[in-house]
Amino acid sequence: MSEHNGVWVFSEKMGLMLELLGKGSELAEKLQTESAAVLLGDQVMHEANEIFGYGADKVYVVDDPLFKDPSADPYVSGLASLAKQYKPEILLIGSTKRGKELASRVASRLKTGCVPDCTHLSIDEDGQLLMGRVVYGGNAVATEICRVRPQIATVPPHVFEKPKYEEKKGVIIEADIALEEPKTKVVDVKEIEAAKVKIEEADVVVAGGRGVEKKEDFKILDELAEAVGGQVAYTRPLCEDKKWFTDWIGLSGHKINPSLYIGCGISGVIQHVAGIRDSKLIVAINKDPEAPIFEVADYVVEGDLYQIVPALSKALKRLLRTS
Amino acid sequence: MTKTIVCIKQAVDVTEMKVDSATRRLITVDAPRKISDFDKNALEEAVRLKERLGGEVIAVTATPEDAKMTVREALAMGADKAYILFDPSLENCDTRAISHVLCEAIKKMGKFDLILCGEASVDSYSAQVGSRLAERLDIPQITYVRKLDFDGNTVMAERSLEECYETVRADTPVLLTVTGEINEPRIPSLMAIMKASKKPIIEWNLEDLNIPKENVSAAGSAIQVIEVLAPKVERKSIAIKGETPDEVAEKLAKALIKEGVVGR
Repeated sequence: MSEHNGVWVFSEKMGLMLELLGKGSELAEKLQTESAAVLLGDQVMHEANEIFGYGADKVYVVDDPLFKDPSADPYVSGLASLAKQYKPEILLIGSTKRGKELASRVASRLKTGCVPDCTHLSIDEDGQLLMGRVVYGGNAVATEICRVRPQIATVPPHVFEKPKYEEKKGVIIEADIALEEPKTKVVDVKEIEAAKVKIEEADVVVAGGRGVEKKEDFKILDELAEAVGGQVAYTRPLCEDKKWFTDWIGLSGHKINPSLYIGCGISGVIQHVAGIRDSKLIVAINKDPEAPIFEVADYVVEGDLYQIVPALSKALKRLLRTS
Repeated sequence: MTKTIVCIKQAVDVTEMKVDSATRRLITVDAPRKISDFDKNALEEAVRLKERLGGEVIAVTATPEDAKMTVREALAMGADKAYILFDPSLENCDTRAISHVLCEAIKKMGKFDLILCGEASVDSYSAQVGSRLAERLDIPQITYVRKLDFDGNTVMAERSLEECYETVRADTPVLLTVTGEINEPRIPSLMAIMKASKKPIIEWNLEDLNIPKENVSAAGSAIQVIEVLAPKVERKSIAIKGETPDEVAEKLAKALIKEGVVGR
């Protein structure tokens, strides 16, 4: 086990990789080992130097035109081969959907375990990585360890903070690795219309659920969001059943941690609550006094959203103007 | 003739779980079990392909518990045959172990065209078994599929990623994991349920698959779960009341301004 050294991070999203690098460097310091990032891409060598400024001691680079294709196979073979050759102790991978597939496949090739979507990472007194994550649809938090090396964890966006940039030098290791060709062929990519601000980055989120009867009625939520400088979000039934929107908040969708979350006409099933649990302040507006969302709310408003929400927008606009 | 294998998990129904509030421990023993939601989508998609193109749908589950009722439901939904890979030592094992068991069983079943899995299970939500299984079988995989076309030889699958929908082509054999968007799983008719009771269920244990227990039990798993606790809920639970909606809104607006979460 002792032949494994170093804490590595990888994500195909640079921003997420830097967030992981902040945490990775902290874990590396605790273990008195090196912190490293893995850069896989086509013509990416010039990006390596900047990564040092965010805490990496080493950057492993595989620069290959095969990475122009988004198919997973070259990435899986690249990362697995690097890890076999240089033997990291810990490997943190950004938990996008691509990242989760990559992590599972790399873990399978390295015959090790992988704990997905970790929100807590720390080192115990034996030098073992403790990985905390939500399980049972938000009913529980599990703490898990991996007894094989490398210990692999995936980490969602915005769990850890991107470190501050400080001028720093490091070592670039340019690895020459025979990558596997893609076994599948990407034939079309349709961009999903991106919201103005990513919902994970919104400071205030006004979310609507089944209590909003028509798609057009979301204009009252839009108005509230505008009054407080926030973003509107949706629950899964509105996206999957009614097809009004494409992105939802919840266990299988976006997980958010805004300063303020206002749930309007949302019952608060456990899968939705799993996506909002880390909000600093939760307000729930619902007609049903038994709505489970009330149990996790800071401010509970039992009432009709069609009356309360417009009145709240009006009150906030007036009070914020005068204050 | 297309042969499709669907991997299903008998999962804990997370909406029916209880928590011991004193210890924050979960009471999973009594919680009902069901086919994990996205696995039902996988099964539905396989059955729809069969209805269109003919062929055979096989459901398979690896479990340390009695799973007869669960696979009967899969058969009622339209699977032709089910395998239960049962062994008590699979209790608390990890995805590495489960994918190993599924892999050996599928190899033993012989040639296949498609393997369908749910994107993740509703209880542990690891999203790993499908990807690991394809790796072990050394076949191509397409994850997070929301739309599927298949002509008997080639699949065209639209993946649902965070920022795009990506259409991917692959030849059989191929493994796909599907999202909840792909279809609405059917509720079997009484007739289908009765017919299902005559369909074959084959039970294999680890010995049948030549897998040593120590490779797949909790002790042989890479991942060990140290602790599972209900999250702490520390919320204020302040009810805002008033005679009129305007009064309620006024009170709430003032509270939010005082909290410093708006107007920053």
